[in-house]
Amino acid sequence: MSESAEQPQPSAAAPHFAPGDRVRTRAVDPDRHTRLPAYARGRTGRVLAVTGCWPLADDVAQRCAEPRVEPVYTVAFAARDLWGEGAHEVTLDLWQSYLEPTSSAGRAETADPSDPVEEAST
Amino acid sequence: MSGTHAGNPVAARVRRLEERLVESGHVTDEELDSILTRVLDGASPLNGARIVAHAWSDAGFRERLLADANRALPEVGLSMAGGLQEQRLKVVANTPERHNVLVCTLCSCYPVALLGPSPSWYKSEAYRSRVVREPRAVLAEFGLDVPAEREITVWDSSAESRYMVLPRRPEGTEELSEEQLAELVTREGLIGTAAV
Repeated sequence: MSESAEQPQPSAAAPHFAPGDRVRTRAVDPDRHTRLPAYARGRTGRVLAVTGCWPLADDVAQRCAEPRVEPVYTVAFAARDLWGEGAHEVTLDLWQSYLEPTSSAGRAETADPSDPVEEAST
Repeated sequence: MSGTHAGNPVAARVRRLEERLVESGHVTDEELDSILTRVLDGASPLNGARIVAHAWSDAGFRERLLADANRALPEVGLSMAGGLQEQRLKVVANTPERHNVLVCTLCSCYPVALLGPSPSWYKSEAYRSRVVREPRAVLAEFGLDVPAEREITVWDSSAESRYMVLPRRPEGTEELSEEQLAELVTREGLIGTAAV
């Protein structure tokens, strides 16, 4: 192994997103450890900050010898987009592979009539 | 209820786990002790209170603290490097327009070095599941009424960063020394479930 997985590696992966970007979390439900909380899956938020690069918790939990090292973002979500109600904001720290740009999610939104939050919040 | 880490069955399980790790040669008792001592030695909310009092007294430090807490902490003789690796710290400031409150919904992540061991309610399922959904109601139960016009941000520590709240300096404290200011700051104020 040429790299240590124990220290953050700033050059490990280039950030795909920048502060201010709209991002959508993946609507996944893995049967193993992940640090993408269920309440924030398939939701749209706004990148507040890039916090550096860290070994992906999902890989670490599976004891991968060389876990993927990815940028981690602080992402802010409106309560309304998480719960369908509320005026507050919730932030989460999310690894890059949990996120996708909203440009592709934009198509998904119109093609996905089953999103209960969008339906219920108006 | 499964939301507390503090019960005796858990302590017993941790002890068994420690014994197995030592037996199998992964770690020695001495190594475990030295890690625990390093992490917990001096870990206390007094550290957080001292940071807050200095930020209230020194605008330049406040600015540096909010911009990059890890770089600012050595100015008050503290660091986030006591654990196995340095943890990123983000300090979030309360303002007249915005109140901040901390949680870890997935487990119980917490800046132990600056706040000491976390209170049991912080680890409870009730707090972790409710504060992200209805923070205003939860804070009211703590005795903190956040005015409707003040926005609330809930910081869920889901990865490697740890958070600390910088409360607002109370009115009428202009004459107090930094030491006296630090005495006003509570652990709950640093989590965001109290005003100071």
